[in-house]
Amino acid sequence: MSEPAKRKRTLRAWRGDASGGKFEEYTVEVDQGMVVLDLVHRAQRDAEGAGDMACRWNCKAGKCGSCSMEINGKPKLACMTRLGDYAPDEVIQVQPLKTFPIIRDLTTDVSWNYEQNKKIAPFTPPPRPEGDYRMKQKDVDRIQEFRKCIECFLCQDTCHVLRDHDKKAPATQPAGKPPQGFIGPRFMIRVAQLDMHPLDTVDRIPKLKEEWGSGYCNITKCCTEVCPEHINITDNGIIPMKERVVDRFYDPITMLLSKLGGGSKRTVQK
Amino acid sequence: MANASTGGHVQGLGATMRKDAWWQGPALTAGILSLWLVYYAFAAAQGKYYSAGPYISPFYIAYEHPASVTDMSPGYAWFGFWPDSWPAFFPPALVMGALPGMFRMTCYYYRKAYYRSFFGMPPGCAVGPVPHDYRGETFLLVFQNLHRYTLYIAIALLPLLYLDAIKGLWYDGRPGIGLGTVLLGANAVLLTGYTLGCHAWRHLVGGKLNCFSCDGASEARHGLWGRVTWLNERHQQFAWSSLIMIAICDIYIRSVSMGVIPDINTWSGVTWIGDFH
Ligand code: SF4
Ligand code: SF4
Ligand code: FES
Ligand code: FES
Repeated sequence: MSEPAKRKRTLRAWRGDASGGKFEEYTVEVDQGMVVLDLVHRAQRDAEGAGDMACRWNCKAGKCGSCSMEINGKPKLACMTRLGDYAPDEVIQVQPLKTFPIIRDLTTDVSWNYEQNKKIAPFTPPPRPEGDYRMKQKDVDRIQEFRKCIECFLCQDTCHVLRDHDKKAPATQPAGKPPQGFIGPRFMIRVAQLDMHPLDTVDRIPKLKEEWGSGYCNITKCCTEVCPEHINITDNGIIPMKERVVDRFYDPITMLLSKLGGGSKRTVQK
Repeated sequence: MANASTGGHVQGLGATMRKDAWWQGPALTAGILSLWLVYYAFAAAQGKYYSAGPYISPFYIAYEHPASVTDMSPGYAWFGFWPDSWPAFFPPALVMGALPGMFRMTCYYYRKAYYRSFFGMPPGCAVGPVPHDYRGETFLLVFQNLHRYTLYIAIALLPLLYLDAIKGLWYDGRPGIGLGTVLLGANAVLLTGYTLGCHAWRHLVGGKLNCFSCDGASEARHGLWGRVTWLNERHQQFAWSSLIMIAICDIYIRSVSMGVIPDINTWSGVTWIGDFH
């Protein structure tokens, strides 16, 4: 394919901070094969007034999860979104993530996510008197999928529970109250990854239901639709965890059987 | 609702910065499901034209009216006849439909479909939902957690569908096969694919284990889980194809029974309803 004379593209970028802002348009020359992140960088270099546009990025390879933004309304990684996916004259509109507080321009403060991660007891294997652990491939396979997560938080941004209803799990859960919020899909699969580990010894299921709000998810699958790592968040992570919650809290038969069998062999996370 | 639009975002039902036709999928889903429900209500309430020759509509599973029994009648009333005193406003087909209906209503796939298409919770991804105090499935919808009990009923009904299909291999004292038999057989197979691809089933057969390799039993359950996973990955396709197939079976049998079209079979080639006994 012969390359036409220099093409131009218009970037419509949100410029502002917590106090307000507006969309600015920058028209710059583009080359073949560019991604949206390149377009942002090109605007920073070439366009008048765009030099100080804030944008987070690191790897430009879809592996660090820094360049998450909303491109023409869809949560995406800017470094993995090709300009060629849009009509040649289509304006590329970029916005910061809606779900998290804006810092400036395209950057948001995603620290709430790290706070959720801290709530989840880490992997806790039993003491190992007999040397190294051996894990069979069939046990590795199921949880390996969740380890692909690059913590881009696009799933958290899209999840309507967090995005539109702002039911983010608060720092502390008041005792005796129903869950006050949801930890979000990224941390549902983090819990799944730990809970499905044959060597783990912590029981996080009561926390998952009572504090981390697994019941807020209505399995509408938007998290799965936007995940750049193509993790089957809903079908392989969230739904299996919801079924485990059912075993423990809703199904009278499994509850009775578990009681007769002496309950979970794991130590309940306090 | 917080998350004020400090990044140029929009708020409110259907509000989005997306430029693609995000509403097409949910609209199509809402359209097909509504059409299906209207047709089902009509067919179930009608109470006639549900059988023809050796075939019975899957809407009328295990149903037969005593008046329609003849010596040639295939006999579908596996559990006996419905009592004569059964109230007319609640037709048997609605009763038998309510059971698989509950299974589909609480199915994880259909939940996604109708939460999006009918309830706008949310209508699309990064599209504003119906503004309300959202409680998810923690409150009024907490019954969704008992989906597995509807699965048990659905599994129990599967053999009846096969029995009805197998009945279609015998007519007039002779073995044979007709277009109706093929449709009923395909219906039973698709419904099996749908039922056994259920997420709750995937959990129960093996997904609930934390260790797939710890003993012989868990190894065996891992194998089963793998097979259910294959079906589960196609759950949406089975959900739709089986739903549509049920309607096709009913429409076919109804049309033959009303004399609109003939059945094609090995008993006499082309058979109009008058030639079935
Ligand atoms: S499936 Fe659940 S976690 Fe994922 S986006 Fe939907 S509500 Fe959120
Ligand atoms: S699960 Fe996927 S979308 Fe969510 S943070 Fe991880 S990589 Fe990103
Ligand atoms: S820059 Fe690392 S994922 Fe885009
Ligand atoms: S039938 Fe769809 S999840 Fe159970």
